[in-house]
Amino acid sequence: MSGKNEDFIVVEHLKQYFPAGGHGKNKKYVQAVDDVSFTIKKGETLGLVGESGCGKTTTGRTLLRLYEPTGGRFVFDGDTIFDVEKKEYANMLPYRKRMQIVFQDPYASLDPRMTVGDIVGEAIDTHHLAKDSKERYDMIIELLRKVGLNSEHANRYPHEFSGGQRQRVGIARALAVNPDFIVCDEPISALDVSIQAQVINMFEDLQKDLGLTYLFIAHDLSVVKHISDRIGVMYLGRMVELAPANELTNAPIHPYTQSLISAIPLADPKLARQSKRIVLEGDVPSPVNPPSGCRFRTRCPKATEHCAKEAPEFKEVLPGHFVACHNIDPDALKKEPD
Amino acid sequence: MSDEYLVKIENEKLSFFTPAGEVKALNDVNITLRPGEVLGIVGESGSGKSVTAYSLMGLTADPGKLIGGKIRFNGHAIETMSEKEIRKIRGNEVSIIFQDPMTSLNPVYTIGNQITEVITLHTGKSKQEARERAKELLELVGINEPEKRLKQYPHELSGGMRQRIMIAIALACEPKLLIADEPTTALDVTIQAQILELMMDLKEKLGMAIIMITHDLGVVASMCDHIAVMYAGRIVEYGTTDQVFYEPSHMYTKGLIRSIPRLDVDEHQRLIPIEGTPVDMLNPPAGCPFAPRCEKAMKICLRQPAPITEFDDTHYTYCWLHQKAAMEKQAARPEVADSRIAMSQGGEK
Repeated sequence: MSGKNEDFIVVEHLKQYFPAGGHGKNKKYVQAVDDVSFTIKKGETLGLVGESGCGKTTTGRTLLRLYEPTGGRFVFDGDTIFDVEKKEYANMLPYRKRMQIVFQDPYASLDPRMTVGDIVGEAIDTHHLAKDSKERYDMIIELLRKVGLNSEHANRYPHEFSGGQRQRVGIARALAVNPDFIVCDEPISALDVSIQAQVINMFEDLQKDLGLTYLFIAHDLSVVKHISDRIGVMYLGRMVELAPANELTNAPIHPYTQSLISAIPLADPKLARQSKRIVLEGDVPSPVNPPSGCRFRTRCPKATEHCAKEAPEFKEVLPGHFVACHNIDPDALKKEPD
Repeated sequence: MSDEYLVKIENEKLSFFTPAGEVKALNDVNITLRPGEVLGIVGESGSGKSVTAYSLMGLTADPGKLIGGKIRFNGHAIETMSEKEIRKIRGNEVSIIFQDPMTSLNPVYTIGNQITEVITLHTGKSKQEARERAKELLELVGINEPEKRLKQYPHELSGGMRQRIMIAIALACEPKLLIADEPTTALDVTIQAQILELMMDLKEKLGMAIIMITHDLGVVASMCDHIAVMYAGRIVEYGTTDQVFYEPSHMYTKGLIRSIPRLDVDEHQRLIPIEGTPVDMLNPPAGCPFAPRCEKAMKICLRQPAPITEFDDTHYTYCWLHQKAAMEKQAARPEVADSRIAMSQGGEK
């Protein structure tokens, strides 16, 4: 077992299946997350990227037990939150104080009939964090200040705020219980470009000030690279590559990561004209009937027969760099990044 | 005179008359486009980029009203045409792809139905001929088994496929101009790459012009010849792609380019955000719309909209900082000059 300070978050063989019709033997499942493992150190940010339907959001939600996990183990700061094989499940209430989530859509994740003060204060009430209403009020104002809002905002309703401000409210709500770990589920995707940078900077400042650990989920690799220490890439429910942020973007090893990075349009006309895109054919297959063996093989330019027979193991090919692929280019492993 | 231009919009003014008051969605918008060119319009939500393009097709929705300016497209004066006349060119000489392929196709008609409708309406071909043409179009946009797809309904296809169908419908009459309104925003990045590649391919093959509306600077950098940057219903800067990216002159353009995280930079640099919040279009500022968020705003910026500053034939901006006239006025009126010096030293507001 890893030491308590070493790995703050340990996720092993996480599985999350959702029923998708059928009965008895024919019962079908969406394999939203299948055998995903990773660790996060205290104060670190792990980015999770992938296309829609790859299971990145489900991973975050399952860790918080917003879904009941189908399989796997999650150890948080030395305590087992769940271990499906051993049928161990922790009582979540005390842990909800330590793990929080910021949702993607700031328009849908705030109750339109509650004032911003009550939205932020709800968690304070649930966990009995304030002695009296005066203390509760002071806490709310302090939280709003932390995210760049002020006391007069507390009595207003969500519809009176812009998207960026609403996302700040969502962050204040997550911070209300003084958590250690926050799952940030596409927190900036719904915001305008000029507002995104404000919110990203705030996430960074809060991490520095409060020592937070983030699981930062997004589909925009440039944003994830900016904020993350390490990045995991998911495809169709599986983790295909995990590496330090710069290493992953500069020297990706998995063919999917390579094409994903080449597909990102660079906001620099000269570089954009030079860069060569690896355009993947076809669409992502259905997670109800994923391809046998490696799930990326149907779109992979390097796929061989072996890929159809056996799923590649997710293994460490360079220090701290994990890849699940049968056909790793040996040259890629020689280039020792600094 | 304007024959060399496919599109020439001059001083377009368009307002939405809402119960809460008049929203000036477009203020003195000028756009020109030559045949075969790709123009990118970038801006935040509500900046007027879609409204500009829609008005070009006569698609201004009800509370909206064109209150001034000229819209010339391919020899037509759009603002004077009746709905009946516009219908003849819409889908024929100019067509559009919308942002969300999930909702822009009719769910109760087959793909074949929706493509052939456009063809029979505009070309007078028979149903059989139209079906043949539809098959050709599906092949053109890279859809396999076109015969089978024609019989399918939109829900049976993925997002990327549906967007290809939308492109096929848009191209049915070989338009001179294709308007693409955030065509890849709802798609994943690997599918986005496919669609952008396809659009550039088709542009080469068919020689049409494209107006690309997007908020993604990456998309315009790789696709467009010219870029118009919009903010709060005004074009704040216009230039070739290189001019806008490498010599941005308006503070909003500069801020936008600075604020996006870059994939090709390794050392961690703190992002420089544009402070403040987007403009409330019901109560826009009297002067330059960006002035309240602009770090170099002067007094005059808050009072009066900036006039045009032309750097060369293709590059212009609306910013007081570049106005020589403004400088001269300052020299003549010391109070303005003083306030500007105070501002640049103080830095704030």
